[in-house]
Amino acid sequence: MKNGSKLLFVVAFALACVTSAQARKTPLPSDSVYQLDVQLLDQDGKRQPWSAQRGKPRLVTMFYTSCQYICPLIVDSGKAVERQLSPAERARIGITLISMDPVRDTPKALSAVVAKRKLDTRRWTLTSPRKGDVRQVAGVLGVRYRELADGEFNHTSALVLLDAQGRVLARTEKMGSQPDPEFVAAVKRALR
Amino acid sequence: MLLRAALLLALVPLAGLAAGAADYVRLPGGAFRSVLKYEDAPGRQKIAPFELMKRPVTNAEFLAFVKKDPRWRRDKVARVFADASYLEHWDGHAAIGRKALPAQPVVHVSWFAAQAYCKARSARLPTWSEWEYAAAADETRRDARADPAWRERILSWYSRPNPKVLPRAGLQAPNAYGVQDLHGLAWEWTDDFSALLVSGDNRNQGDADTMKFCGAGALSMDDRENYAVLMRVAMLSSLEAANTTGNLGFRCAKDVP
Repeated sequence: MKNGSKLLFVVAFALACVTSAQARKTPLPSDSVYQLDVQLLDQDGKRQPWSAQRGKPRLVTMFYTSCQYICPLIVDSGKAVERQLSPAERARIGITLISMDPVRDTPKALSAVVAKRKLDTRRWTLTSPRKGDVRQVAGVLGVRYRELADGEFNHTSALVLLDAQGRVLARTEKMGSQPDPEFVAAVKRALR
Repeated sequence: MLLRAALLLALVPLAGLAAGAADYVRLPGGAFRSVLKYEDAPGRQKIAPFELMKRPVTNAEFLAFVKKDPRWRRDKVARVFADASYLEHWDGHAAIGRKALPAQPVVHVSWFAAQAYCKARSARLPTWSEWEYAAAADETRRDARADPAWRERILSWYSRPNPKVLPRAGLQAPNAYGVQDLHGLAWEWTDDFSALLVSGDNRNQGDADTMKFCGAGALSMDDRENYAVLMRVAMLSSLEAANTTGNLGFRCAKDVP
């Protein structure tokens, strides 16, 4: 009896491994942002392809850490959506911030924001692409930006909801601690 | 007789292609007054010396590219990189067909596709400033923009509806730098098209539009008389990177080593 349940567990585990491996092997949908072949360096100094974030729905947005004005609001916006979710929903979503200022946004600068804003790294990932890849990332996310003479950036802000395969399900440009109700509804639908 | 003339016409562009593929000219750069007002960097923009293709990339050249890299074929391209009208004027995924000519500038290409093409040739797309600088010249002057007659001439092209058949690339007289077709043929992607964050009036604090921007330094129009260039800016700033249109092509640029 005991052995039987152990065997069942082993079989179930093996099956689970096979399915998740298959999920990774299935070709990406044509409209997935993960089609973009770029590497992201995260707050822990780990460099991975963006497509390694496949597997769960995600909120994605672009920012840069030295921004004084609207960027703190971008983190607020992510947190505001997070607050609308149940613990079970929160466990199923990821939140990815991608920097448009890779030169200054080193893992150290990124992890400082994680600490300062008390971000839960089970959900939040702060990343920097390579400098030459930033405009492509912005391109698939529909973000516009310009680097200014003083090193600041002028940019549009958008919170983009991706499904587990990287397809854009919804986006909002309403930033701040008052979440966009339509966007929150879309997030909840994606997590069902 | 007519047939022979048609054959001759068809052969001419091919000969031109063989000779002039990826032909660049060198532009000296320097201090340049943009029609855009950069609040963060007032005064003249500094343009480093660079090389620019003499004329836009043609259908024939783009076909050679997609044959070499099938990821950019119409039937294979990822939708996230090019919308549904990508290369729709071609007959097939590996043939230009009858609706387009080999020597016409390629259109219906997205920014991602244009970027990939230039990268494959160890080049890049020009920046907006580089494009604007090159396009300020007429046949004899490096900066003809103050001349009302020149303005009138390029504006008359913009005000014409798109022709049913695009002329071939490289037919117009070269400008003072030796560059052709910057005006009067097709619109062109720039590398930083999505840096053109232009708002009509960016001084309305609290306006929904300004809230989208992080930091000051929005762009505004400094030379409202130069409609032709301002139309380019308006068009580029309305595009997404995967968009394609029937009058938008590109040419590549290179840094000077």
